[in-house]
Amino acid sequence: MPIRTEPVTINIGPQHPSTHGVLRLRVTFDGEVIVDVEPIFGYLHRGSEKLAEERNYVQVLTLTDRLDYVASMTNNQAYCLAVEKLMGVEVPERAQYLRVMTAELQRMASHLVAAGFLLQDLGALATPLMYCFRFREKILDLFEMLCGARITVSYMRPGGVFADAPEDFWPALDRLMGEAPELLGELEQLLMENEIVLVRTKNVGVLPLDTAIAYSISGPVLRASGLPWDWRKADPYDVYDRMQFDIPIGDRGDNYDRFRVRIEEVKQSMRIVSQCIEQMPPGPIRTELPFVLRPPAGAEAYGRVEAPKGELGFYMVSDGSIAPYRCKIRSPSLINLTVLKELLVGWKLADMIVTLGSIDINMGEVDR
Amino acid sequence: MVPFLQDNVIYRGVYCWLGGNEGNAQWCGGDGLLPGGYEWVAYFVAGLTIMLILVNGALLGAAVFVWAERRLLARFQARRGPNRWGPWGILQPIADLVKLLIKEDIIPTAADRIAFTLVPIIMLMSLLLSLAVLPFARNTYLANLNIGVLYIVAVSSMTTIAIFMAGWASANKFAMFGAMRGVTMLISYEIPLILSLVGVVLIAGSMSLVSVVEAQYLPFILVQPLGALVFMLGISAELNRTPFDILEAESEIVAGYHTEYSGIKFALIQAAEMAGVLAASGFLATLFLGGWSGPFLSTQLGALWFLMKLSFFVFLFIWIRATFPRLRIDQIMAFAWKFLLPLAMINFLATAVQVYFFGFYHGDVPGEITRNEQWVMAAINVPLAVASIVAFGHFAREGIRVPAVRLESIVPIPRVAEVD
Amino acid sequence: MYGLGLAKGLMVTMKNFIRPPFTVQYPEERLPQHPRFRGEEFVWYDERCTGCASCAKYCPLGIIKIVTSPSETAVLEGDKYDIEVFDIDIGRCMFCGLCVEACPYDALFMGSGFERGRYQRKDLVISVDELRQAVKRPSTWFRPQLENARYDPQEGEPLAWEDVGREKWPWHKQEKAGAKINRTVHRGGAESSQDKK
Repeated sequence: MPIRTEPVTINIGPQHPSTHGVLRLRVTFDGEVIVDVEPIFGYLHRGSEKLAEERNYVQVLTLTDRLDYVASMTNNQAYCLAVEKLMGVEVPERAQYLRVMTAELQRMASHLVAAGFLLQDLGALATPLMYCFRFREKILDLFEMLCGARITVSYMRPGGVFADAPEDFWPALDRLMGEAPELLGELEQLLMENEIVLVRTKNVGVLPLDTAIAYSISGPVLRASGLPWDWRKADPYDVYDRMQFDIPIGDRGDNYDRFRVRIEEVKQSMRIVSQCIEQMPPGPIRTELPFVLRPPAGAEAYGRVEAPKGELGFYMVSDGSIAPYRCKIRSPSLINLTVLKELLVGWKLADMIVTLGSIDINMGEVDR
Repeated sequence: MVPFLQDNVIYRGVYCWLGGNEGNAQWCGGDGLLPGGYEWVAYFVAGLTIMLILVNGALLGAAVFVWAERRLLARFQARRGPNRWGPWGILQPIADLVKLLIKEDIIPTAADRIAFTLVPIIMLMSLLLSLAVLPFARNTYLANLNIGVLYIVAVSSMTTIAIFMAGWASANKFAMFGAMRGVTMLISYEIPLILSLVGVVLIAGSMSLVSVVEAQYLPFILVQPLGALVFMLGISAELNRTPFDILEAESEIVAGYHTEYSGIKFALIQAAEMAGVLAASGFLATLFLGGWSGPFLSTQLGALWFLMKLSFFVFLFIWIRATFPRLRIDQIMAFAWKFLLPLAMINFLATAVQVYFFGFYHGDVPGEITRNEQWVMAAINVPLAVASIVAFGHFAREGIRVPAVRLESIVPIPRVAEVD
Repeated sequence: MYGLGLAKGLMVTMKNFIRPPFTVQYPEERLPQHPRFRGEEFVWYDERCTGCASCAKYCPLGIIKIVTSPSETAVLEGDKYDIEVFDIDIGRCMFCGLCVEACPYDALFMGSGFERGRYQRKDLVISVDELRQAVKRPSTWFRPQLENARYDPQEGEPLAWEDVGREKWPWHKQEKAGAKINRTVHRGGAESSQDKK
C-alpha cells in the first residue's frame, strides 16, 4: 500500500514566540518544506491614520511614536518633516543637528534589536540578544536623559525639537561613543565568523535586486540586495548633506547580507553621531509655532526619512482646520513584508523564521 | 547468594545487617537479623536501598542542574539569574517544582490519553535505567554489566520512542513536527555514537564500564580524541542540546514535542532531560576522562574526582548552549552522515589497527594496552584527529565567504529632483 | 573556518562570564533616573492652577477631567475658579507630556515615579485630593526653570508652588495665584457663569 501524504497547514502566530508581534502566517508545509505562505495581519490595527484626523498636529506626533515602537525618533522626524513642509516652516540648524543625531542613535538601537532578534530566531539562546540589548540600553538611557522617555520619545516637534539636551547629556554621549566600538566588536566576534550562523544564513532567503525593486522594498533589505539607495544620500533631509558616511550594500541579498548590512550601518551611524557632536552649532532649537497649527487649506506634503526599516513617509493633506484632513503612512515594514512569499517557498520551517527576522518587521508599523 | 557490591559500604552494611550468616562470614563477620535461607531478602533490600539513593540522587541532581544551568546561562549572558530564594537562589528549582505541581494537568481532548500519560514515565525510566551501570566511585555502581556500553546505548535510545509518542499523542502539529524531527535526528546520531564507542571498547578489551575505567592509564580523551569528539557531539544531539535542539526549538515550533504538556508531566520531562545531561556527562567522564580515578587518592576520593569531571562536562554543555545558534534539520543530518560518521569510521579503523599491533602482535603484555602503548597511541591519534577534522571540515566551510558587504560612498546617485 | 569561528564565540561568552553582570536588582538597586523622566504621579499645584483646562484640551487621549465652579468671590475681577474635580486617568495615560507642555501657568508637572501598580483600574485615577496631598517632586520635563536650578526629583526636596514657576506675578505675594484680591468685589458676575462647567 503506498503511503499517502498530504500537505499540512499551520498557523504560525498570531501567538508565536518569533513572529515579532501579532503576525499570523498561514503556512502550508510539505513535511518541513514550505509550499505556500500567506501573511495575515491586522491584529494590531489601531487606526492610527484615522485617529490622526481627529487630533491636532502636535497630538498626532504622539501617535507616530507608537508606529514602529523600536524606532520612534525616526517616526517623529518623518512626521515633523511632513508638517513643516505643510506649514512652510524652517527648522533651526541646531535642531536639525539634534534630530540627525537622535535619529542615528535610534537607528543604532533599532538595528541592534533587529540583529539580536535575528540571532534569537536562529536559536542562540538569548545570548547575542542580551549583548545587543546591553548596547541598546545605553542608547535608551541617553534618550531618557534627553526627553524623559526611553521608547515613546515624542522628542521632536514641528519646527524643531522640544528641548535642548541637558548639560550632562554630552559627556554621557561621549562615554557611549567610546564604549560602542568595543560592544559592537564583541558582537561581531561572536557572530560574524560563527560557522553555524554562516551556514544558517548564507544563501538562504535570497532576494534578487529586480524582485526587490519590483516589490518597492526599501531600507537595509534593499541595500543587502545590492542597490546603494538611501534617502539620506539620495534626497538629504535635515543636515544629512553635511555628513560623511558610507552606505553598506550586500552581494546577494541573503539573510546574512541583511544581517551584515545592519551591523555595518550601526558603524556608519556611529560615524554620523560623532560628526554631529563635532559640528553641533549653538542657537535656538525650535521655531516658535502656535501650539495649535493651522496649515493652509488644501496644502499637501509628503515627508519621508530613511527609517531603520526603510523609507518611512507621511503624506499629509490639510483642509485648513486644526487636524489633518488625511494622514497616510507609508510604512516600510508593511511593504517589506509583502515579499515574504517570494523568499520562503521551497525553504524549510527554520528558514522561514530566520528570513522573517532578517526582514525586520515591526507589527506596530505593519498594522498601524 | 553473594552481594556483588562487596566494597560498597552502604550496600554491605544493609546486606550484613539483614542477612549476614555463616555462608558469607568472610566479609560480613556476624549474624544478620534474618534467619538462614532468607539471604535473598537481604540481597533485594540492599539493592533497593542503593537504587533509592541513585534515583533520588539523579532527580536531585537534575534539580541542582536546573539551578546551575539557569545561573550559569545568566552569567554568560551578563545577567544574574535566579537569586531570590535561598542563597544564590539555590532553592529556585523547588519553587519551580511547586509551581508545576499545583498547575492544572491538562490533557488535550484529541490526545491519545494512554500514550500521552506514558511519555514522561518512559523518558524518566530510560534515563534512570542507564544510570545503573555508571561507576560513581571505586566499586560503587548498581550493576557491573559485561555489556555496559551497549546497555547504555540501548536504554538511552528508548527516549526516541517516548518523543515520538509525545508528538503523536498530543494531536498537535507543532508537537508532531518536533517528534518527526526528533526521530529523524536521533536515529541518525545513534550510528556515529555507537561507532565512536567501539574504539574505547577495543582498547579496554571489555564493554563493562568498570573495566573501561580501569583500562585508562591515561584519559581516553587523549588516546581517542576523535572518538571523544564524536561522542560528545552525538550525545548532545541525543540530549537535544544546542546546537542540535531542533526538537524543541522554541523559536520555530514553540516547544516541540512537549508543547501540550503541563504541570507534573512537564516537570518529569524536564527532569528527564536535565538529568540526561548529568548522565551523559557521567558517561563522558567515565569513558573518556578516567571516571573515578584521579591523579591521587582515587580509592578514597573517587566520588569527588568523578564529580569534578562530571561538572567539567556539565559546564561545557552549558557553555555551548549559551553560545551557539541551532542548525537546521538537513544540516544536522548532513553533519551526522558527512562529518561525524567518517570521523567515527576513521577512529574505529585506526584504533583497531593500533590495538591489533600493540595488544597482540607487538604487545609486551599480551592482550592488554599498557601505559606506554597508550602514550604512543595518543601521539598517533591526536595528529590524526586534527588532520581528519581539517579534511572533513569542507562541510563547515560550505558557502562561507566572510566579506559579503562592501561599503559604497555613493556620490554619483543624483538627487531625486534632478532625475525627473 | 574549521570551527575557529565557533571557538571565537566561546571565548566571547567566556569573557562575559567572568565580567560582572550589567543588570541591576531592581527593588534593591536602582539605575540613576534622569530628572527629565516622565513619570506617573503627576505633580499639580492647586495654588497655580486656574482651572483653564488647557491640559484637558491638549491631552491626545482626553483622560483629564476637570470640573470647576465659580468661586464665592470676585470672578469677574480675576479671582480663580474652584477646582472640584481634577481626575487624571493614568491607566490610559501614555505619558507624552503634552498636558504639561500646554499648561500656561506651570501648575502641572510630570511626576518622577513609576511604581503605581494597582489591582484595579479605578485606583489608577488620580483624584484631585490625591494630587493636593501628594509629595511634590516634579519632573523637570519641559520646565527649564527647574532644570536651570539643577533640581533633581529623586534627591531634591519637595518643591512648594512658589519655587516652580517660570515667573513671579505680583499677586503671588498672596496665598493663591489670583485669589483674594484686596479690592471690593461685585457679586453680580457669578450668576452669569453658573452654567459653565
